[in-house]
Amino acid sequence: MKKLIELKNVSKAFDGEVVLDNLNLDIYDQQFITLLGPSGCGKTTTLRLVGGFETPDSGDIYFDGQRINDVPSYKRQINTVFQKYALFPHLNVFENVAFSLRLQKKGIAEIAPRVKEMLELVALKGFERKNVNFLSGGQQQRVAIARALISHPKVLLLDEPLGALDLKLRKDMQNELKKIQKQTGITFIYVTHDQEEALSMSDVVVVMADGRIQQIGAPTDIYNEPKNAFVADFIGESNIVDGVMEEDLKVTFSGHTFTCVDKGFAPKEQVDVVVRPEDVDVVSVEQGMLTGVVTSVTFKGVHYEIIVDIGGFKWMIQSTDFVGVDEKIGLYIEPDAIHIMKKSEYSGKYGDYSSFSDELDELSDASAVEE
Amino acid sequence: MKQKRTLSGKIVAYPHVLWSVLFIMLPLLFVLYFAFTTPDGAFTFDNIIALGNHKATFALSVSLSLLATVFCFLLGYPLAYFMAQASPKKQKLLMTLLMLPMWTNLLIRTYSMMALMDDAGLINSLLSALHLNTIRMIGTKGAVVFGMAYDFFPYMVLPLYTTISKIDKSVLEAASDLGASPAGVMTKVVLPLSSSGIISGVTMVFVPSISTFYISQKLGGGTFDLLGDAIERQFQNVNTYNVGAAISLVMMILVLLSLWVMNRFTDSDEGGTQA
Repeated sequence: MKKLIELKNVSKAFDGEVVLDNLNLDIYDQQFITLLGPSGCGKTTTLRLVGGFETPDSGDIYFDGQRINDVPSYKRQINTVFQKYALFPHLNVFENVAFSLRLQKKGIAEIAPRVKEMLELVALKGFERKNVNFLSGGQQQRVAIARALISHPKVLLLDEPLGALDLKLRKDMQNELKKIQKQTGITFIYVTHDQEEALSMSDVVVVMADGRIQQIGAPTDIYNEPKNAFVADFIGESNIVDGVMEEDLKVTFSGHTFTCVDKGFAPKEQVDVVVRPEDVDVVSVEQGMLTGVVTSVTFKGVHYEIIVDIGGFKWMIQSTDFVGVDEKIGLYIEPDAIHIMKKSEYSGKYGDYSSFSDELDELSDASAVEE
Repeated sequence: MKQKRTLSGKIVAYPHVLWSVLFIMLPLLFVLYFAFTTPDGAFTFDNIIALGNHKATFALSVSLSLLATVFCFLLGYPLAYFMAQASPKKQKLLMTLLMLPMWTNLLIRTYSMMALMDDAGLINSLLSALHLNTIRMIGTKGAVVFGMAYDFFPYMVLPLYTTISKIDKSVLEAASDLGASPAGVMTKVVLPLSSSGIISGVTMVFVPSISTFYISQKLGGGTFDLLGDAIERQFQNVNTYNVGAAISLVMMILVLLSLWVMNRFTDSDEGGTQA
């Protein structure tokens, strides 16, 4: 695949506060790439640099091999779907979608069928004459997508485009966006703080934190082989515990030595060990590799979410079997369920469920949308 | 929007209703009454017919006020746009500078302009001190237009600034993103989205300009007879109240008509049908 966009050593600060710190990123043609991270991680700034709404303080941005640092946004073959849609309130649906073609002085004979085709693509057939101010959020977002796609850009930037929609509509739009991307073959650069959205839509996920890229990879790689404690915690649920690598394929944590599938670490190297909650089996105390006391059980529909105290460290376990609070249980972990990571600046900050609360999670989600 | 008002809602509205009836509706009815009666109170069209003698006054008033309005717009729009883009601190400073002259009475401002532009005024003294030819300013149309534009300039900028600063920045970015050059963003998005501010600004400069009398008296040196002067003159004599009322009435109708036309003109730009 052809390299379409290249960010080289890009840094950006606002009022002395570093937002992007020496970022390097290659984006390939026809890729669906997602920039994922918490608010303030620099993902939106990265997008705005590519779109031409900001210029980097240092470093270079290339588009198709050309340096585009100083090319203004209206001269870039890159269009954007903005977080709050940014439709033109004085124009109807037709004129909103036709905006870029009107600027190109195309005749109505060419514009009308292309607008019709675009509105069909986003499932808004027959909405031409409607006032955009009276459309629902989902409909406005579709108009914004049609408007951005009609001039056949090489790249479409999407800045949390589904952030303001309700859950059901969000799922529908996720599928639709993925479909549109396949159909048009346009490179999508998608920004979100929603890890589920990122995993389900993207070819490549770029996890960002503190203005730096933490990991780039396919969704399965990011999930199964997180590079550090931040990625492991941000993507899905993770129990992250301190461990010592005894030798290749042998790791000790929580007082037990496990067989694992990782190697290449120094003998006795301090490491972070990740175990996903769904990869832990609940067994009897005698059969367990680890034993602990259940401190809370929450019914989640598909499974129970069980918090277990193992030597003072709270683990999260997802199991379809019910266990009672205060019950002593054994845990069994398969070798391929254990993932070993090198120590990083994020070690020890994440992965303990002692202060875990669903409400807190939801609160932080809501504030991220406000961003 | 039809809504049942609560009792307290009605009570708060009363003072305003009373005010409107006493000081707006009633005077307007008086104007209407005087315009169609003789000094003895008999019904007549003579006052309206007599307006034929004031054709030149109407034409001059409209053209000078229009000119002043155009000047205010051409100077005010870029300023309002610049203000809306500036940092919050700068916006406050510029706003204060803009409002500062309004703390001084309009008449005093006009008098001080006289002092500046008089044949022996500050500007001409300076010119002669530099051995340059003096310029006659007082008594020219230019002085009157300048006076109108100067006095009413803030009324153009304020509504423009308010509407322009309300335009969502991301809409401007979207236009640029879709290929609009800075000039394109201006004509295709900023201007149409600030149309309500343009209408308010134009109205708030044009209406006081067309009815002013002191500006033309002081800066026009008494050479020009504008509508405001004509009305003032008629009302200084009890016997010509009726002609004065007729001029006022026609002027009001003219202003209302031009407002209606402008509103129609911008309405056609707005969105489409409701979803």
